[in-house]
Parts: sequence; C-alpha cells; structure tokens
Amino acid sequence: MPSASVANSKLVPGPLPPGYTGYVSEEQHHDYGGDTVFGFWIYILSDCVLFATLFAVYAVLQSNYAGTINASELFELDYVLGETALLLASSFTFGLAVLAANRDHMAGLLTWLLTTFALGAGFLYMEIMEFIHFTHAGAAAWSSGAWSAFYALIGTHGLHVFAGMFWMMVLFGLLYKEGISEANRVRLMCLSLFWHFLDIIWICVFSFVYLMGVI
Amino acid sequence: MSQSHSSNQISPGGASHGSLYEYSVGLCLSILLTVIPFAVVMSGSIGETLSITLILLCAVAQIMVQLIFFLHMNTSSEQMWNSVSAVFVVLLVLILIIGSVWIMQHLNHNMLMGH
Repeated sequence: MPSASVANSKLVPGPLPPGYTGYVSEEQHHDYGGDTVFGFWIYILSDCVLFATLFAVYAVLQSNYAGTINASELFELDYVLGETALLLASSFTFGLAVLAANRDHMAGLLTWLLTTFALGAGFLYMEIMEFIHFTHAGAAAWSSGAWSAFYALIGTHGLHVFAGMFWMMVLFGLLYKEGISEANRVRLMCLSLFWHFLDIIWICVFSFVYLMGVI
Repeated sequence: MSQSHSSNQISPGGASHGSLYEYSVGLCLSILLTVIPFAVVMSGSIGETLSITLILLCAVAQIMVQLIFFLHMNTSSEQMWNSVSAVFVVLLVLILIIGSVWIMQHLNHNMLMGH
C-alpha cells in the first residue's frame, strides 16, 4: 500500500510552470544562428553529391558525340577564363560584403553585395551566350549523349548561380526592412557559404570539362 | 599574421568570419592557380600526361585554398562536425565518380571484345 501511493505521486504531475508547452523550447533558441549555418553546411554537402553524380555522368558520356561536333573544336579557353575571372572576383567581393557586415557598415555591405550581384549576372550572361553559340554550332542539348551531359552539368551550376542572385535580391529587401539584424547576419553567412561553394564547383568545371576537354 | 588571426571571430556554428588579409591571400593564390593550368593548356607546350597532372594538382590546390581562405575551414574543435561531415562527403564523391567511371569503362571494354 505505501509503495503504490509513492508510484501514484510520481505519475500525477504537479502544477505546471507558467509558459510550459510540453516542448523543450529552450533547446531551440539556444545557439540558433550557429545551428542554422551548420544545417546549411549539411545542405551544401548534399549539393556536392548532386554535382558529383553530374560529373560522373559527364565523365562516362563525354566521348559519346554520335557524329556531332566535338568539345575540343568548340571550347574557347579565353572565353572560359573570362567567366572564371568574373566568378572568382564575385567570390572575393562577397567576402568584402561579409567583412562590411561584421563592422555593421551598411553602405559597404550594400555596395559589395551589389558588386557581387553584377559579377554574377555577368557570369550568367556569358554562360547563356556560350550556350546559344554552341547550340547554333551544332552542339545542342539534344544532339548527343556527351552534349546532354555537358548542358546538364553546366546548366545546373548556372541555375545555382541564378538561385544565389535571387537570394541576394531577397536579402536586399530584408536588409532594407530590418537593417543588419542577427537574422540577416545568419542569412548572409549561409549565402556566403553557398556562393563560395559555387566557385569551388566552377574550379572542377573548368578543370575537368573545359581544360581536359581541349587537351 | 597574428593580427589577422586575433581579428577572427568564430561563431558557435563553426563559421568564422575572416579578415581582409585572408580574403586577399585567397584571391591571389586562386588567380595564380587558375592562370597556371590555363596558360599550360593554351600554350600547349608540355605533353598530355604532364598537363593533366598539372591541371589536377592546381584544381585540388585551389579547392583547398578556397576552403581555407574563403570558407575559413580549420581543425578547431568548434568546427569538428563541419570537417567530419565534409570528409565523409569527399569519400562519398570519390566512390561515386571513380566507381562510375570504372564500371562503365569495363562495360565498354567488354562490349567491344564481343562478350
């Protein structure tokens, strides 16, 4: 009998503390920004796997031209060097934007973010012009296995750059609304990881697709 | 050097913020490691095997440079999980690419041999 009453007193909860919801809410806003950036890092790593599959597809199909024009006849390395310069410069200017945000320097942040956006737009413009040129030269996405793999790989990278630029535009709006708030710092940090990651993917693209395609 | 390190603030998520010095060094090294392979291939002065080796080395070096100077990866304990997950993905990517190329080459080879 005494043992049963002890068990009962343990099962019946006492009065709930004010604000108790049954969820461990304290855990959630502890280290919020850091957790978000780490979660975004995990997303970027999964994106790496996506690009790895596309690189693998290109590696397997890269000589299946089916009688269409070869990559080595079409690739212009000085043009690719121009694209590379734009993307590398945009990575650097994004770094300057992050440094300006760390100093709470709004004008600097906007200037460098806008420069990054312009460089990204220049890169995307060059890429689209290249696609149009290739398509007219007989290397369309539907021409052969090799060219399909080429457009899938480069096109996916281009779409990521476009997504990054769209994100920058959203961030301009949020910065206008909230200023350099904690939430905006976290967003800027995530976008910074994303943008630098795209530059790293481009290193693989120009090395494995363009340079090795010409040799 | 020590000044640039002391100005680094490392946030709890493992992303440190870097300094102008770090970004500038990263940019200079990246430019160097981009120009070398392009110059080699565009001039066509050295052989195929040597060119491919050089392109690979420069690509790996530039990826390391950007990871360290732009993404500020390091081996500090705050960044342990960032680094461990990255190493796991590198392993996954290598298996994926080398495995695909290996299997498909054997497949092509066997098709040509008439088996």
